[in-house]
Amino acid sequence: MSTRPNLPPLRLHVPEPKFRPGDEADFGDVPIPAAGATPRPAVDSAPAAFHDLAYGLVRVLDEKGRAVGPWDPKLSPDTLRGILRAMAKTRAFDERMYRAQRQGKTSFYMKCTGEEAIACAQAYALHRDDMCFPSYRQQGLLIARDWPLVDMMNQIYSNKGDRLAGKQLPIMYSTREGSFFSISGNLATQLPQAVGWAMASAIKGDTRIAATWCGEGSTAEGDFHSACTFASVYRAPVIICVVNNQWAISSFSGFAGAEATTFAARAIGYGIAGLRVDGNDALAVYAATEWAAERARTNQGPTLIEFFTYRAEGHSTSDDPSAYRSAQEREKWPLGDPISRLKQHLIALGEWDEERHAAMDLEVANEVKAAQKDAEKNGILGHGMHQPMSTMFQDVFETMPWHLEEQRQEMLAEAKAAGIETS
Amino acid sequence: MARMNMIQAINSALDVLMDRDPDIVVMGEDVGYFGGVFRATAGLQAKYGKTRVFDTPISELGIIGVAVGMGAYGLRPVPEIQFADYIYPGLDQLVSEAARLRYRSAGEFTAPITVRSPFGGGIFGGQTHSQSPEGIFTHVAGLKTVVPSTPYDAKGLLIAAIEDNDPVIFFEPKRIYNGPFSGHYDRPAKNWSQHPDGEVPEDYYRIELGKARVVRPGADLTILAYGTMVHVAAGVIEEQGIDAELIDLRTLLPLDIETIEASVKKTGRCLVIHEATRTSGFGAELSALVQERCFYHLEAPVERVTGYDTPYPHSLEWAYFPGPVRIGEAIKKIMKD
Repeated sequence: MSTRPNLPPLRLHVPEPKFRPGDEADFGDVPIPAAGATPRPAVDSAPAAFHDLAYGLVRVLDEKGRAVGPWDPKLSPDTLRGILRAMAKTRAFDERMYRAQRQGKTSFYMKCTGEEAIACAQAYALHRDDMCFPSYRQQGLLIARDWPLVDMMNQIYSNKGDRLAGKQLPIMYSTREGSFFSISGNLATQLPQAVGWAMASAIKGDTRIAATWCGEGSTAEGDFHSACTFASVYRAPVIICVVNNQWAISSFSGFAGAEATTFAARAIGYGIAGLRVDGNDALAVYAATEWAAERARTNQGPTLIEFFTYRAEGHSTSDDPSAYRSAQEREKWPLGDPISRLKQHLIALGEWDEERHAAMDLEVANEVKAAQKDAEKNGILGHGMHQPMSTMFQDVFETMPWHLEEQRQEMLAEAKAAGIETS
Repeated sequence: MARMNMIQAINSALDVLMDRDPDIVVMGEDVGYFGGVFRATAGLQAKYGKTRVFDTPISELGIIGVAVGMGAYGLRPVPEIQFADYIYPGLDQLVSEAARLRYRSAGEFTAPITVRSPFGGGIFGGQTHSQSPEGIFTHVAGLKTVVPSTPYDAKGLLIAAIEDNDPVIFFEPKRIYNGPFSGHYDRPAKNWSQHPDGEVPEDYYRIELGKARVVRPGADLTILAYGTMVHVAAGVIEEQGIDAELIDLRTLLPLDIETIEASVKKTGRCLVIHEATRTSGFGAELSALVQERCFYHLEAPVERVTGYDTPYPHSLEWAYFPGPVRIGEAIKKIMKD
């Protein structure tokens, strides 16, 4: 240790969130620019022209539910109702599956409550065959793409109908047909993969682009930084989405660098376009995604979008947020709820009303309920063997090497000797 | 003496040591205010302050890399990797850096870090919350690998690991955090309050690294296990009423070869059990060592009961888990010869 009397002792800064359990939450100091105030540059502008956007906030819906400013995507009422319904269905799905986990029907679940606009509006802005490399909170992509709920639930229950044969943790969906890459439980690994997929698409002269998602916490992983470097170097046709929902389990966004800068601003150092967007504003989400997709489709390169939002529920069914954050945060969040805001907009347009909204909520709830009933016909986790034991050895390799075949035979023989059912 | 589960024992080890040594710092994802997703660091930030117990960015590479740097300064960091399944981004810092720092600097710089990480399955954690990667680390020259199987051992071993001047990987079998597990997943869960090894001194004590524990002496067969599998093996021994000598390795590297050798020379038979995948697993090393050192005393080939060579499946967890049935069959096979 060296302590020179003419120099101050060094101090370590450890970030601390503003509110802890029992605190009054007050987000008054979170800068929220007015809806419509952020300029919308042409998609072929150089990334350096976007610096300010990385520190601002693209917003379309104002407090009265009007769509204002250059980012208004001017969507048809049918499209708006489609996004609204996808969000409502996602929320109903989450409620139902969360409850199923609590009832012991599966081991794990993760809700995306409060963040529905991100995946749902983005699904509408992307093409159906654009390849998505999601994290674990973009179930809205599948739901907005009308992927069968029963199929998702089969996966959650690891049951007979599970296309992943019970091999993956619940909600780690995978569907090539749905242009939805196999979700990993490891963080940010999908980002360089999405860049690679986009590079391949460019190598082959394809027209499909890639999009990928991670949380703000995961931007600390090396994968995020490698992904940005490769995306920049090869001008990969990819959209890198950082869902800044303020919390990574118990660690607030300050532990990923939010005290010092924005996540969109990460783009600047890599020389790629960066946008910071109100993640609870379905129109802003749509518009930003559409803009980034157009850049990618016209060989202008990658875009990094930070969606500023709030994780209204726990990280997962294994988490209890009341232990580390103020219970008031959810209601005090200054950007409101994405479903309420789009609903307000549609009502303001004269294209929606409370009765239709209530009817829609009932419809999606019934749809989810019916899907659950169907899925449970295929079984629930821990009640009966839904996959023959020997399926455990399938798909380790394309063809089974001798040692796995031997282990498989051994397992079956031992189970038989012990009188255990194997299928 | 106090009654503790394994989480409380680990917490107590950290507490006792942090109180004695101001150079010990604890860091990792969610370990600060929240006290860790398994609560192993609960209360430590409030007691020792935010510059000694703090949350980190989600970067295992960063967590282990800065621990190496802090160690180079002279601190004694105890980083937590939230699940062993997440340790891989930090591998370069462990394998190329921490493990070799002493060697490449001729002892000028060392990495006195202890990486704690919950590992193993049996909690329906799927392939990303169930792995047992210890064999990767025992294969690296310069790393020590420790796996406790009781609260008492967890505290004593963790204290010895932290006080060790070389990097130690401390894998905590999360299935037995709250109580011992016989492998019979369909029977009521037990907790440590009924188990003699749930008695843990509140003060400082060490269990030297590299010393195995004979859980149960026996004449007919030596069973080598660690972590959760010690309890599964103990259950089978009791159920079958066999006179097996059960050895809890506690430290995989450096290994207590003397205890193993003496036991196998006495019993003439050896069964190795681990939950990790079989091929190139630590059981292969154990099997080779026993064969090399005890060949003329062996009455039967050394047997291994391990996880199968597949990723950890979600729904077929109990078919995968090397439970009582498979261990029982292996014992029958060894005893037949």
